[in-house]
Amino acid sequence: MAFWRRFCRNRSAVIGLVILCLVILIAISASWLYPEDPFKLVGRAMSPPGENGFLFGSDTLGRDVAAGMAHGARVSLLIGLLATSVAVTLGVVLGALAGYFGGWIDDVLMRLTEMFQTIPSFIFAILIVAIMKPSINSVVLAIAVVSWPAVARLVRGEFMSMRNREFVQACHIIGMSDWRIMIREILPNCLSPIIVTGSLMVATAILIESGLAFLGLGDPNIISWGFQIGAGRTVLRSAWWVCTFPGIAIMLTVLAINLVGEGLNDALNPRLRERT
Amino acid sequence: MNSSIGQASVDATSESTAPVLSIEGLHVQLPQGSERAYAVEDVSYSLAPQEILCVVGESGSGKSLTARAVMGLLPAPYVNYEKGRILFQGEDLTQASDERMREVRGSDISMIFQEPMTALNPVMRIGDQIDEVIRFHVKLPRRARRELALSLLEDVHLPDPPRIMNAYPHELSGGQRQRAMIAMALALEPKVLIADEPTTALDVTTQAQILHLIRELQAKHQTGVLFITHDIGVVADIADRVAVMQHGRIVEIDTVDKVLNDPQHEYTRALIDAVPGLVPRAVKTDSGEAILQVRQLVKTYRSGGRFLGIGKAHKEVHACDHVDVVLNESETLGIVGESGSGKSTLARCIVRLHSTDSGEIIYRGQDLCPLERAAMRPYRSKIQMVFQDPYASLNPRATVGRILTEGPRIMGESRREADDRAREMLELVGLDSRAFDRYPHEFSGGQRQRIGLARALAMRPEILVADEPVSALDVSIQAQVLALLADIRERLQLSMVFITHDLRVAAQVCDRIAVMRLGKVVEQGPTATLFEQASHPYTQELLDAIPGRDWSRRRVLAQQA
Repeated sequence: MAFWRRFCRNRSAVIGLVILCLVILIAISASWLYPEDPFKLVGRAMSPPGENGFLFGSDTLGRDVAAGMAHGARVSLLIGLLATSVAVTLGVVLGALAGYFGGWIDDVLMRLTEMFQTIPSFIFAILIVAIMKPSINSVVLAIAVVSWPAVARLVRGEFMSMRNREFVQACHIIGMSDWRIMIREILPNCLSPIIVTGSLMVATAILIESGLAFLGLGDPNIISWGFQIGAGRTVLRSAWWVCTFPGIAIMLTVLAINLVGEGLNDALNPRLRERT
Repeated sequence: MNSSIGQASVDATSESTAPVLSIEGLHVQLPQGSERAYAVEDVSYSLAPQEILCVVGESGSGKSLTARAVMGLLPAPYVNYEKGRILFQGEDLTQASDERMREVRGSDISMIFQEPMTALNPVMRIGDQIDEVIRFHVKLPRRARRELALSLLEDVHLPDPPRIMNAYPHELSGGQRQRAMIAMALALEPKVLIADEPTTALDVTTQAQILHLIRELQAKHQTGVLFITHDIGVVADIADRVAVMQHGRIVEIDTVDKVLNDPQHEYTRALIDAVPGLVPRAVKTDSGEAILQVRQLVKTYRSGGRFLGIGKAHKEVHACDHVDVVLNESETLGIVGESGSGKSTLARCIVRLHSTDSGEIIYRGQDLCPLERAAMRPYRSKIQMVFQDPYASLNPRATVGRILTEGPRIMGESRREADDRAREMLELVGLDSRAFDRYPHEFSGGQRQRIGLARALAMRPEILVADEPVSALDVSIQAQVLALLADIRERLQLSMVFITHDLRVAAQVCDRIAVMRLGKVVEQGPTATLFEQASHPYTQELLDAIPGRDWSRRRVLAQQA
């Protein structure tokens, strides 16, 4: 497939994809690798990596860091994907309406978008989670709420440039309805940039989630990388492994997703296609 | 007006003078996997001082790349020089260092481009840009450079040179920008001026002026001009000698008189025959009663100065200003005008893409203007449109089949009926019905335009509004599409509104013509009458500006004899 060949031309994107697949694999097989609850105290506290049967050591209470990371991968990816889907859906709908209809609809929706964009996103996310009870739902919602404006702006721009294209005018002339023009004619032509932004947004979502969990605003019943780092930060000097390995996991995952996003951008964006 | 230009310096071509530029066996390579191996293959020609050599050819013929090779501006790494020599006053430019090429460019050989807006730096004043060219090549005190720049602007007949010096490119009109470009190109009295389609983006009256200017300055400065164009009419007006290129090779090169009036190569003949001959169509006698009447149509664009949709717009453009036109059954009405004349707006109002401010559009007794979406739907299919840009007018993500069946399906036809109709229409416009399952990008510009036409016809229209349907196409393809339009119009008894800026095309296609200027119809009447005795001075100006008008006239007379 031509798309696949173009994607593979970008070495770093392929490396990113390999790392990402590995993380996904670990997340899927977490229950087999570590069938017990990752919160369970399974051995001596503060064991360094490789001792007492702990691959990445144990934390202050004797929980297995590796087990927490495997289960945490699930949470990170799940939240990243969920939050991104919500944000993209919301952004596409509002951006499409604003870009296609223009006029006062555009004015109202864009001023609304700007209102969201003026608030620093992480602080806004903290605020939302703090107001609601910390849970998976509230975290997903918080991340989605701070992420959609970027998508809305992007989609609006694409729709604005498309709505006056001759093929869209041709659809008006054969009497096609606005909804159908938006969904069937324009949207498929904007998919590439939306996919690229969406993929990069997953990485940002994972970062925000880790940040929230680090601050103790994650779902208390679910282990996550950010929570692990937060729990281990007090013992950073005596037990470096508690923070370090989840930290590396976050870094690698976010990096991998960014690389894949870049690769998608190169492969999907016709203007960059000729870049060597 | 430009009748004298063509004859001005035929004697300049005398072979006695040594050529200032000569290209010998030039090969320019295309990237692997391209349609052909060479963009330019074994091209040789020479340019005498004081001569205008026109290189003419269709898109992809390699005419521009040859010029770029001369300038050392090939789009590397995709397109590369392979072999051959480019001799400028005896020096082989293909062997020159980058530094030497920078010296040559701008001072010895300079170039003007098709689109002056993109060739000029939008954030620099015109005066500074001219100054830059001079400063880079010669040491002169600031004041002398300014004097020189002013005199250059004077030479290209720009009004009020001091003001132009301080203007930014966007403050000038297209023609003024091209004049400024020419001033810049001629700043250092180059031996060779390469003009790459310098008038293609300009209106016809401006084009005539720019051609005249190039002729005048070329004679004054004794520059050799390499003039690249696709327009045979322009060639007839400006060339001393002509080189015809096809698929990267020169198929014919000779004096303008020989090439245009006695072409030897088959391709040259085809190219010349494809140029519409400026013979107005005979007056149509069998046209029926009025099928569409536009009465006192007003459409004004407003922009700027608004917040949240409140407040007054502070810029108003009258795109259509009390326009009256009538389309009779089974005739073709041409709407002719330059850019900004409102002709496209009128077309879009007729097909109801734009709302109107006031006035009536009456189709068979029904005023379409006040109709809401739902009420309009039964009339939609009756008036269909063919668009200008064959690349933008088809959804790249939809198959041809989907593009053609969407309309009829909306009209309530079953999938089966719509599919059959689409295949039938594809054959009607001269495409294989296997095109049904393919995507637009698999087709050439001309084929795409046929698909666009099939889409309109699939709706069983009575009126076809064609907005510059052939202006984005090469002249040979243009002739095919025009013939197809004429054939289909005849067969299906369609009435047609044909928007064009090209009076040659209008003469060939239209039964009646309305001339628009600044949103107003200044004159309308049967094509033949309009061409023979235009009553409005603007119409006369347009007619005079048609490139190659005298050549066409002589050609017609010769054919009749």
